[in-house]
Amino acid sequence: MAEPEVSPAAASGGGRLRNAFGGVLCAITLLLIGVVAFSIRLFSVIKYESVIHEFDPYFNFRVTQFLSKNGIYEFWNWFDDRTWYPLGRVIGGTVYPGLTLTAGTIWWLLNSLNIPLSVETVCVFTAPIFSANASWATYLLTKEAKGTGAGLMAAAILAMVPSYISRSVAGSYDNEAVAIFALIFTFYLYVKTLNTGSLFYATLNALSYFYMVCSWGGYTFIINLIPMHVLLCIVTGRYSSRLYIAYAPLVILGTLLAALVPVVGFNAVMTSEHFASFLVFIILHVVALVYYIKGLLTPRLFKVAMTLVISVGLAVCFAVVAILVALVASSPTKGWSGRSLSLLDPTYASKYIPIIASVSEHQPPTWPSYFMDINVLAFLIPAGIISCFLPLSDASSFMVLYLVTAVYFSGVMVRLMLVLAPAACILSGIALSEVFSVLTRSIKFQLSKFFDDSPTSSGDSSPESSTNSTKNENRNEKSETAPKEKPSKKNRKKEKELAESVTVKPKKEKRLLVLPFELSVMGILLLIVLGGFYVVHCVWAAAEAYSAPSIVLTSRSRDGLHVFDDFREAYAWLSHNTDVDDKVASWWDYGYQTTAMANRTVIVDNNTWNNTHIATVGTAMSSPEKAAWEIFNSLDVKYVLVVFGGLVGYPSDDINKFLWMVRIGGGVFPHIKEPDYLRDGQYRVDAQATPTMLNCLMYKLCYYRFVETDGKGFDRVRGYEIGKKHFKLTHFEEVFTTHHWMVRLYKLKPQKNRVRGKLKKSKSAKTSSTLATGQKKNPWQ
Amino acid sequence: MLPLSLRTLATRTLLLLVIASAVSCSSLPPEDGIRVVSAEKRIDLTGPIVKVFLTLKVENTPTASEASRVLLAFTPTEVQHLSIVKATRAEGKRKKKAFVPLSIEASELATTAPDAPRLYSVLLSTPLKPGDATTLEVLYMLTHSLEPFPAEISQSESQLVYYRDSAVLLSPYYVLEQVTYIKMPSNRIESFTRVDPTTRAGSEVKYGTYNNQMPNSYLPILVHYENNRPFAVVEELVRKVEISHWGNIQITEQYKLKHGGARHKGVFSRLEYQSRPSVSGASSFKNLLVRLPPRVHSVYYRDEIGNISSSHLRTDSHKSELEIEPRYPLFGGWHCTFTIGYGLPLQDFVFESVDGRRYINLTFGCPLLDTVVDDLTVKVVLPEGSKNPQPVVPFVTEKHLETSYSYLDVVGRTTVVLKKKNVVGEHNVPFQVYYEFNPIFMLAEPLMLISAVLLFFVAFIAYLHMDLSIRKSS
Repeated sequence: MAEPEVSPAAASGGGRLRNAFGGVLCAITLLLIGVVAFSIRLFSVIKYESVIHEFDPYFNFRVTQFLSKNGIYEFWNWFDDRTWYPLGRVIGGTVYPGLTLTAGTIWWLLNSLNIPLSVETVCVFTAPIFSANASWATYLLTKEAKGTGAGLMAAAILAMVPSYISRSVAGSYDNEAVAIFALIFTFYLYVKTLNTGSLFYATLNALSYFYMVCSWGGYTFIINLIPMHVLLCIVTGRYSSRLYIAYAPLVILGTLLAALVPVVGFNAVMTSEHFASFLVFIILHVVALVYYIKGLLTPRLFKVAMTLVISVGLAVCFAVVAILVALVASSPTKGWSGRSLSLLDPTYASKYIPIIASVSEHQPPTWPSYFMDINVLAFLIPAGIISCFLPLSDASSFMVLYLVTAVYFSGVMVRLMLVLAPAACILSGIALSEVFSVLTRSIKFQLSKFFDDSPTSSGDSSPESSTNSTKNENRNEKSETAPKEKPSKKNRKKEKELAESVTVKPKKEKRLLVLPFELSVMGILLLIVLGGFYVVHCVWAAAEAYSAPSIVLTSRSRDGLHVFDDFREAYAWLSHNTDVDDKVASWWDYGYQTTAMANRTVIVDNNTWNNTHIATVGTAMSSPEKAAWEIFNSLDVKYVLVVFGGLVGYPSDDINKFLWMVRIGGGVFPHIKEPDYLRDGQYRVDAQATPTMLNCLMYKLCYYRFVETDGKGFDRVRGYEIGKKHFKLTHFEEVFTTHHWMVRLYKLKPQKNRVRGKLKKSKSAKTSSTLATGQKKNPWQ
Repeated sequence: MLPLSLRTLATRTLLLLVIASAVSCSSLPPEDGIRVVSAEKRIDLTGPIVKVFLTLKVENTPTASEASRVLLAFTPTEVQHLSIVKATRAEGKRKKKAFVPLSIEASELATTAPDAPRLYSVLLSTPLKPGDATTLEVLYMLTHSLEPFPAEISQSESQLVYYRDSAVLLSPYYVLEQVTYIKMPSNRIESFTRVDPTTRAGSEVKYGTYNNQMPNSYLPILVHYENNRPFAVVEELVRKVEISHWGNIQITEQYKLKHGGARHKGVFSRLEYQSRPSVSGASSFKNLLVRLPPRVHSVYYRDEIGNISSSHLRTDSHKSELEIEPRYPLFGGWHCTFTIGYGLPLQDFVFESVDGRRYINLTFGCPLLDTVVDDLTVKVVLPEGSKNPQPVVPFVTEKHLETSYSYLDVVGRTTVVLKKKNVVGEHNVPFQVYYEFNPIFMLAEPLMLISAVLLFFVAFIAYLHMDLSIRKSS
């Protein structure tokens, strides 16, 4: 928290030397912020190990491995037959390649320098590296809006905001890790273009947007937020040629570039998520035309022309909108993807798409999670908003708009808290910086009054304080009026100096808010304490809450640390002791890990692109043994993997996820009915459980011979004894169970020899597809 | 002829195969007049590796010329599995008896016929004069010579293995008197071939004494007994030794481990394994001991999907012991792979020889105790800029040179690659690699980095002082 004292001084450069000193100090501060951002994310490596975390990162890691081994062209053409058996998946066309290409490039670069880092190491540390980049980008963005001091403050806050840490600890190799950097950087370039009106930045902006499109599906946020801001500017009468330069190239170049990414392709012009940008593009042109005509004509002629243009323009607009609406309405989802729809209507997913609703990170957040993820920033944001309105510039209005939309989205999905985090950091940074500058200015002013005899301090403080508070508006005012200059470093520097020297004088007369000395000191102290709390919370969150890789679990007991490494035990066993082409069925959560760690073909994985396929597995898991065996056998499955936490008390196991399997399975295959598994609307597996529940495959595979461990069959997750204790498996056999029983692997018993002359009914059903097997056969009801 | 005789074993017919006449055309009868006065063969079958101790008292007939070597005979199958042969000769009388190691080389004799015994000659340090007698102690080890039978067992069964050998000593010489002892790990011996006189005492079976055996006699025997010792087989081991003259030797060992015993069949029940550890999975093993040099540091134990958390390191001033557990207990036929890496202080292992060259002195072989390594590769990566590498290994290995690249290398590091098959614990003997190294090369990489940073700053300064804009600013 050394920045608040440093930043105002850095921002206000009196002399040339002082300016240079401030620049160096600023650079060092930024470097330290980068170091903090990187190192606070290393808790997971120190506490656990350098390993890829959770589920999706394993897929990204596997893709990166493929990329580094086979090269970029093979990567684009990669058809992965290890997953979604027997359908497979076209990886090159369905994956956001930004992250993998980034890590792949870093790896290639290091290797060409003969630095022998493994792909895994590069992947593990990609996220911390990009968090450092993101905090630098935050500095740039905030600096554009409110000056260097606010920029440094915001960068420091973002470097350790828990919400972002949760997605970017070392090992959390997910799209968001690089996408947040891309998001902030795109916004920075947009605001920069808006402030300078430079086509150079506009082009960079389109490229940065392209990187964002490559990286994350969240790019739609950008392509909707920026049009909204443009619209806002137009409505509030802030149209300028800079706005046009900031927006028009972005839409044209950005859309063209976005269409180059295989996973987006024609979606960039076809889906509703992108329509807002085109609409605003049209409006912007209409407005530009209006302003142009206004400049040409006399006011009276203009009025006539205005009515004409507005009537024609409105007619054209309506026609276009009508066509669009007709086009959109013709598609069943109204042109929106399921995830976007669930953003607009938070109840949509739970009503129609259980597979999206089943993911915990797609649930709406609770209030404590706001406090957990952005902590004191939640209280600083309002102050930041107020400070953005004093005075409102294009840039600061963008910040406010970003914050408001991000708050809404974070309210819909926990996951999107991540988008809120940068906005919260920027506004809090602005607020804190503003408060600090007011308080320190007051102290200086009071001090100079107090020691009236010391001329140096008084002479120093007054211009300094005035510059400090007003510099930003000056810059904005200036850039509005100033002609566009080619942005070379020198010119910018000169421009800055010019601006400062020019604006210092008139602002001197402006009345400044001066607080009493004691109050200011108290205020600063309290703010430092607040910042201290924030830092402590962030470090705690980084160290305790968000550093667990979830692939290896630990628990502390009296006799020291106990490690549960069951997942990797099972995956290692699979990878070394089964045939390379064996298919493993499990719930989709474990699909990515199985393909990445065990290198075995899976039926479904975390990509969840085919609901029917997932429903088939869900149906099999909720069916009795024989029916399940038939489904699995028809899918050529050899092993079934279940995760069971009942012995050690691991709560996110398959029994707790089971209801979603029933729901998703029942959504496609109606003979699976959720009420059959519930007793009086309650989900339970004890003696009260329904017979359907106690006979389904999942129950049997989880609790097979479980009773023999303690004699009672006490499930430590559910906290009661299980319902059916002694049973035998007829169609499956246990082949491996890990040390803590957390992963259990079963093998399908081979098909029974056919008795001569006795044709089984099931034979005919099995020749048809899985779907038919599931629907026609209903042997237990 | 030998496989034929092995096949007839099952019938337990006592068949004395005197192959001497059959192979006499190819295996030249040794012209020297050596004969074996007495021979004692002790076969140790307690572990997964067969150890045979042979005590031969040989005598040169008074009429013959001086003998400079004594031949040992092995069957072709034994030669395939033969890992190491060592011989010593007892010299001096009673009190001052000393065992002098002798060198052994594969003899070119008798390799023409496919079934003929393969001969190894023990080169005597001092020739055996006519009429003299001497005692030779021979130790040889056979790997993969215990055949599990039944070949597949379930979790609750213990592992039974076959061992095949000859009751009498296979020798190109005339044997006057001979005994064979076979030691087994437990009293549970399912069956053994009787070749009278044969006696069993507890876990030991004694064949003999047999008198006056003709050269190349072979009396096949078969022992079927319980052996639950871990049959840990390292199918492939790559040891990479990287020398840095900044003070560290980094060793990385990549293992491909397999349980080489009877294959596991059917279910694996963790319940049984945990609740009845003595009965269930008796032949499986779940931990291994690695013996590392003292003062070892930064030890890690991991596999391709991350750290393996079950390991313990104990260090004292004489040795370090690393106890590792694979991710899962290994049952018959199960595989696993892992990597062990550690650093060693440079001054303990790299020395300067009298001629100014440097040499590294390390232990060959696998630090895992009681394991067989099918395929061992030792790569010694010398520091960049070292020249004329010369490995000195006390036994025959396949050698070649490579170039490998590591941290910021430009010309690459010379790498000495040594390969050997069928390695056992007895191969853990020191070996040396001599090389020439000029310490000035140590500075190459730091200088490179410094100049890169300097260049960066120069470029930055140049950029700041250049105006690249097209339009001249006024």
